Amino acid sequence: MKSFKNHLSLVIALLSILFSVQIFTIVERSIDAYKENLAKNYSLVVVSKKAIDPKTIQTKVSLVTHIDEISPDGVIKRLNAGISKKNAELLKVTLPKFYKLKLKYYPSPQELQNIRATLLKLPSVMKVETFEGTHHRTYRLLLLFKTVVSVFSLSVLVVTVLLIFKELRIWQFQHNERMSIMGLFGAPTWLRSAVLFRLAIVDALIASALAFVSFIYVSSNKWIAEQFENIGINVVVFDTTYDFLTMLGIAMSVSLLLATLIVLGHKEEV
Amino acid sequence: MDKVIIAKNLSLAYSKEETIINKVNFSVDSGSFVFITGASGSGKSTLLKSLYGALKPVEGSLVVGGVELSGVSNKKLNFLRRHLGIVFQDYKLIKEWTIEKNIMLPLIINGYEKTVTQNQVDSLLKHVKLKHQAGKYPLELSGGEQQRVAMARALAHNPILILADEPTGNLDEYSSQVIWNLLEGANEQLGTTVIVVTHHIPETMSVDYKHYHIEFGDISEIL
Repeated sequence: MKSFKNHLSLVIALLSILFSVQIFTIVERSIDAYKENLAKNYSLVVVSKKAIDPKTIQTKVSLVTHIDEISPDGVIKRLNAGISKKNAELLKVTLPKFYKLKLKYYPSPQELQNIRATLLKLPSVMKVETFEGTHHRTYRLLLLFKTVVSVFSLSVLVVTVLLIFKELRIWQFQHNERMSIMGLFGAPTWLRSAVLFRLAIVDALIASALAFVSFIYVSSNKWIAEQFENIGINVVVFDTTYDFLTMLGIAMSVSLLLATLIVLGHKEEV
Repeated sequence: MDKVIIAKNLSLAYSKEETIINKVNFSVDSGSFVFITGASGSGKSTLLKSLYGALKPVEGSLVVGGVELSGVSNKKLNFLRRHLGIVFQDYKLIKEWTIEKNIMLPLIINGYEKTVTQNQVDSLLKHVKLKHQAGKYPLELSGGEQQRVAMARALAHNPILILADEPTGNLDEYSSQVIWNLLEGANEQLGTTVIVVTHHIPETMSVDYKHYHIEFGDISEIL
């Protein structure tokens, strides 16, 4: 029972670290997926006196993935009633060219300003419409969401690290006696700390396994999948290989660091 | 005769202000049985601690089993300790290990094979009359039983030198007798050097022994 309790305290601490890291990862992925979605529906409009070669734009602004010329036919058709066909053709030639620019991803306001400035430097470009108002509002909302989640994850991390340091003192007390006795019989440092490192590795494995099972459940949960569908994004909640290896790496690093600190902080009794 | 311990002008202290042992000279022959007596606080246990390197000399030289302990490296100290058998007044058993595993400790450290280790532990458990308690944990045993386990641990790897700090201090007569028999047996049959720090020497001793007394930081042989 006592041994189970010893394991439990470190396993819980490690689990909360793994949960906060994975939740942060899920939020990051969701925001990226949402930004990608936004980028699909978002475009800039460039007004130019003369036709522009799409390659010129793409060379200047690497974020641009696709350029479509907006045909003036629709506007002219609406005006058609009042003007002759000849004049309509003339009007078509004299009208400025309109281009719709698609971007690789949803840019930050700063990036958007830079794109705008670069495009305006092109000789024939008269105007660049970035629809900043709507863009900035959505972007700020995303940033706010990300900040809230980051702060939450960071707070969990800080609390957990404090808990782990408390655990470190308990472990130091528990293991000091055994390590001292082994030292009195000439055990080398690796042998004195072997039990401690074995415990640390076992706890890291238990925590990673529990986190793995939990996130497998979460990723297969219909309600969560529905929520992502509702906002129109498809997110990998838990990548069984990459995420599990990351979790295992974090749990191992933290618990081995804890064990190393105990070994380094061990003082032989006199 | 070979000397297993040689102390020259040895001074021991826990702090600069208070010297416990002051420039003493003595030596212990290999295979001898030695008692060190003295009043409480005279420095008997301090001297014993210095013999297993838990307290380094502040002055002079102390050679144990051929290893100079003033300024000794951890590696050399570990090497020496692997050849010592130490019995503490407070037993110093590992609470989370069974008594069987506690006795195995020096054998594990010295890299003995599993079968040799198991045979040696079984034989020692019989000697200390604790065979039926092999799977128990130290805190499940009485003080006398715990000290017998500590004694078995000290003997497990056939050490060159046994250092015992008041091994029968708080024990009942039966456990005390088992301890003395084991110490005498190791000395007589295996030729192990034994140094015992104690308040009084038992009257039933069957082996020849030397008696040193510590007083006012000095050590003298009582003939």
